[in-house]
Amino acid sequence: MTPARRRALVLVALAGLAAPLVVALAGLEPFGHYPGPYGDVLQRAIPSERHVSALVGATVFDYRAVDTLGEEFILLAAALGCTVLLRGRRAEREAAGETVVAARPEPDIAAQSLGALLVGPLIVLAIYVVAHGHISPGGGFQGGLLAVGALLLAYAAGQALALRRVRAEPALEVLEAIGAGGFAALGLAGLVAAGAALENVLPLGTAGTLLSGGTIPVANVVVALEVAGAFALVVSEFLDQALLGRRQDG
Amino acid sequence: MTNLQLVALLVVALTGSATALTREPLRQAAVAGIFGLALAALFMLVQAPDVALSQIGVGGIALPAMILLALAKIREHGE
Repeated sequence: MTPARRRALVLVALAGLAAPLVVALAGLEPFGHYPGPYGDVLQRAIPSERHVSALVGATVFDYRAVDTLGEEFILLAAALGCTVLLRGRRAEREAAGETVVAARPEPDIAAQSLGALLVGPLIVLAIYVVAHGHISPGGGFQGGLLAVGALLLAYAAGQALALRRVRAEPALEVLEAIGAGGFAALGLAGLVAAGAALENVLPLGTAGTLLSGGTIPVANVVVALEVAGAFALVVSEFLDQALLGRRQDG
Repeated sequence: MTNLQLVALLVVALTGSATALTREPLRQAAVAGIFGLALAALFMLVQAPDVALSQIGVGGIALPAMILLALAKIREHGE
């Protein structure tokens, strides 16, 4: 196919995409106007039904928790795939007798001090965001990612060898399994005790306190474990070769 | 739409275009991180703090980190 014909074909395809897009955009509600009934219904129902003030968190971990369970297992599958790929390649190279040497520049003093300074506060922030997921914006996913940020900062600060010495991978695998299995167990508990998967089985408590909202804060914690475990596992598998190379050098 | 939201939309459009126009992957990872944080600011300004927090985690931490790690791995194999 000549470039000119290809260009003509692309233009036709783009026009075909643009036309329905313009029609759809023209039919949108005006900015800031919400037409659907679901948000209004949830806004009325959640505070009294679940004793929770973070409406998004309650929606994600209760009213459409089956969706969230699916998303969690997507993340689990993705992290598993990455890990298998990375480990497979490492085994191949080691079997071939290659010495794995990765270039890892010495961290400079600015990165080191900034990293060391921020690791602690970031971990506290991560725990705060997870623990208050049912009271204020945030929750397991956001807090879990912040914890991964703390891990990366520790690496940037040059604590990689310390991370290596504790052999993080098996612990991270267990963490991830607890996270994924915990959510599934919550679902089963609902099925057994209340007759529907992921139905609330815990006392609801007083709205606005840490121990309230039934299963929602528990779900936040297990999701945080799963997210942090999955990302940290992939990151540490990525970093493993670099660390291996460094250990052989020194 | 408030002026602040308009400004945030413009910043998102600018940083998004900058991400697409940056050709070198290493720089692109950094520019994509800034684009992600601009998106987070926009989400915050349209009153979606939950999404903004997720966006900070994904766009500011996870995505640039994964790109950098993948780039490091590719270069290691290329040498």
